[in-house]
Amino acid sequence: MKIADDQPSGLTALDRPNSYIGRSVPRPNLARLTQGRGQYVTDVVLPRMAHVAFVRSPHAHARIKSIATADAKKSPGVIAVVTGAELAKVITPWVGVLTHLKGIKSAPQHAIAVERACWQGEAVCAVVAKSRAEAEDACTLVGIDYEVLAAVTDAETALDAKTPVIHPALGDNLTFERVLNAGDPDKGFAEADAVVETTFLFGRHTGVTNEPRAIVADWNPGEQRLTVYQGTQAPHMTQNLFAKHLDLEEHQVRVITKDVGGSFGIKVHIYADEMATAALSRLLKRPVKFVADRFESFNTDIHARDHRVKAKIGVKRDGTITAFAIDDLTGIGPFSVYPRTSGIEANQVVNLVGGPYTCPNYKARARVVFQNKNVMCQYRAVGHPIATAVTEGLVELAAAKIGMDPVEIRRRNLFADDAYPATGASGIKFEGLSHHASLDKILKMMDYQSLRAEQTRLRGEGIHRGIGFASFIEVTNPSAAFYGVGGARISSQDGATLRLDATGAVICQSGVTEQGQGTESVLAQVVATSFGVPIERVRVITGDTDNTPYGGGTWASRAAGIGGEAAWQAGKALRGNVLAAAASILQADPKGLDIRSGIVVDADSGRERMGLDEVARVVYFRPDSLPPGFQAEFMVTRHYVPRAWPFAFTNGVQASYLDIDIRTGEVTLLKHWCVEDCGTVINPQLVDEQIRGGIVQGIGGVLYEHCLYDDTGQLLNATMMDYLVPMAGEMPDIDIGHVVTPTKDSELGAKGAGEAGTAGAPACVMNAVNDALRPLGAKPITQMPITPERLLAALRGP
Amino acid sequence: MGERHIDIALRVNGEDVRERVEARKTLVDFLRDDLGLTGSHIGCEQGVCGACTVLVDDEVVRGCLVLAVQCDGAAVETIEGVSDSGAIADLQDAFQRRNALQCGFCTPGMLIGAQALLAQVASSKGGVPSREEIREHLSGNYCRCTGYQAIVDAIESVAQTRAGTKG
Repeated sequence: MKIADDQPSGLTALDRPNSYIGRSVPRPNLARLTQGRGQYVTDVVLPRMAHVAFVRSPHAHARIKSIATADAKKSPGVIAVVTGAELAKVITPWVGVLTHLKGIKSAPQHAIAVERACWQGEAVCAVVAKSRAEAEDACTLVGIDYEVLAAVTDAETALDAKTPVIHPALGDNLTFERVLNAGDPDKGFAEADAVVETTFLFGRHTGVTNEPRAIVADWNPGEQRLTVYQGTQAPHMTQNLFAKHLDLEEHQVRVITKDVGGSFGIKVHIYADEMATAALSRLLKRPVKFVADRFESFNTDIHARDHRVKAKIGVKRDGTITAFAIDDLTGIGPFSVYPRTSGIEANQVVNLVGGPYTCPNYKARARVVFQNKNVMCQYRAVGHPIATAVTEGLVELAAAKIGMDPVEIRRRNLFADDAYPATGASGIKFEGLSHHASLDKILKMMDYQSLRAEQTRLRGEGIHRGIGFASFIEVTNPSAAFYGVGGARISSQDGATLRLDATGAVICQSGVTEQGQGTESVLAQVVATSFGVPIERVRVITGDTDNTPYGGGTWASRAAGIGGEAAWQAGKALRGNVLAAAASILQADPKGLDIRSGIVVDADSGRERMGLDEVARVVYFRPDSLPPGFQAEFMVTRHYVPRAWPFAFTNGVQASYLDIDIRTGEVTLLKHWCVEDCGTVINPQLVDEQIRGGIVQGIGGVLYEHCLYDDTGQLLNATMMDYLVPMAGEMPDIDIGHVVTPTKDSELGAKGAGEAGTAGAPACVMNAVNDALRPLGAKPITQMPITPERLLAALRGP
Repeated sequence: MGERHIDIALRVNGEDVRERVEARKTLVDFLRDDLGLTGSHIGCEQGVCGACTVLVDDEVVRGCLVLAVQCDGAAVETIEGVSDSGAIADLQDAFQRRNALQCGFCTPGMLIGAQALLAQVASSKGGVPSREEIREHLSGNYCRCTGYQAIVDAIESVAQTRAGTKG
């Protein structure tokens, strides 16, 4: 029996009777999804809707000499064939830079390539037809004459003098560079008894959302409005950018996001083909639908994690870490992605390396370079998997070098649980973390000593098992420091509007969005608790810019912590307003009343006074019976943004137990553990499932996933047959534990939990592989994905 | 340009359907575009992800690997059909309570695959499939959200209940 029935938690720390905070209530929107009654963008059909397919560049870098469209235009079902130059008349290009990433540069990117294609898969021409199949048929009839240009593919040589510059106007192929010197790294290394220096290589991979990117854009010239059905994480952000680049006012654009078949950061960016679809709708005055096929997903969904990090750690014999140093190089494709830029991942790597540890000496350089491959940008746990693998890889290699247990070296260097507030070497600020309590808890959960004994015993039988750890920190609940200060119109604040309906139920409209993580359930729990109704009496509406308060949406683990707090405050405000009306009806003191389980009661005794349906009846239908001058307000809005801290850092630790087959090079994952501290846990089941899903996504990166390019910039494995993702058969069971350190920045105290799993999993699996390899005398593996081939090569030695 | 159309007659979720379809049209496109049965999803269009899983004459098939015209005379069952009939109500309930879905895009295919496994186990050896068997059986159904454990838990729980090994 693995399904735990939900139990009421009674009075919680948040001091509300019948609280739903901390309860695993099932999500209200699941029934329809299990019945196939979801409404994904791919399901949307509108009258007169046309379908667009794109002719995409087969070359990584090519000049477009001519485009012949006559044959395609004659193809059955074709409505229009539109080139980049033609579309540029209705949509302006964009440049993905932010002012707080000093020196970042990029070139204008068009909705459809004009004159030049800069990666294999960039759209070069659009064909709009009555069906997608007919549009694809006609795509094959578009004749494009290309002049193939030299492709810049290797990040290592992208800055060499003899390498062509992709955008000559920029002068070189450097997108962004950041250098950091903290403490005294040279002194730190000089004082070390041992120094470990190695290079970590991370394979470019991508999100592979089960539902591909999809959009239906509907320009209505009669209303002068653009309605966009879009699978996005940030409807208000895309509303703003559709308006900006189509020369509309924001209020002329409505973005509707219903069910989204997976996002993970893939669907938080501006994609040229989606902008083109909106522009085509404007041009053709009818709805146009674009759904990426899987080939298009692999070639155009943002990639991430393509980093080469030269890294160094100094350590004393007693385990004290004396210095960290990194040199990160990452190739991000031909454009910095709009509007969040492609500089953020490298910037995060610099911020986060060494993050769990007290060592103040840290030297870092990160360079971000252009290349003729698909674009890279922020994907779940942005930068964290890189920084954590580098840091934790170095820590375990250093422990091995000085002959210290990997747990012990962490104990001697992690920030103490009573050290907060504290500042990390890179300058990141921690309000309150629990590294040691988390480590204690995971060791107990995994029974570390017994596991080590089993490992030793089995080694005698020729079975090679490894145990690896990864302590980590995670950026959550971002303030304006993430994007707003750099000039991006991406909201860090979020709002919730509550309305009491005429039967005493509550409608909650929120600016955060639901991508399957359970946002709507969390909001319902929060509102039910703070206002005081059974959760069935709360209906949550998200994903519609016409009908929700302005907000940021879902990214950087912000929905529960920020959107949840806005809903919490709105619930309190509506309770006050409803009690004022009830007090007026009852001729009582509102301070003596409360709302519990949908009934107005005496706060002290709990005696029932009147139902919310009755309060609503009087206010809506018999306001004449209320005292003169009293006006009830049964709709309230509250907003929230973190102010005391730029980010609410969370922390945790993961551990992996695995088996390596020294004949085949295969890694079998036996068990995985995670202890995580995301502050107040609103719904334990949802948090645990975020972490489990995130861990498996991280396992994909460390063991399987890799976008393989040849040296001419051709993506070689753009199908799900060739690109390996984690499937059920290879994944382990994962045990989750929690330590709770609420943030004091909000009343709810919730921090984010969506990316912790992905942040730590690659590091601890890599460490476990190396733990298994170590007694065999193999060179440590620091390249991901750890394929059987690489594992066998490590065993064979140099 | 493949403009040949063919008349087909089949049963879909217990209803007779007669349509004229393009010969090249896949079963899942036919279900979604022609019949409005959007519960079957399209993920990879090459039989790897399992989002389009349906039953054709009680066999589990990938709707993207079968042409609609191949289903002439067949009985097709989709997530809409097994939902309305109540055949998988216990699995749907367990998926909801265990949060065995997040975005839900893979879920219709997962549920049809799970139902097939449980039916197969019940009619052969009986009892409850092991967690390894469940994982193996689901290895053609891709889920990016859950990490699979909750799905395995939910299916195991239903298997136990159906086998009478759980109170």
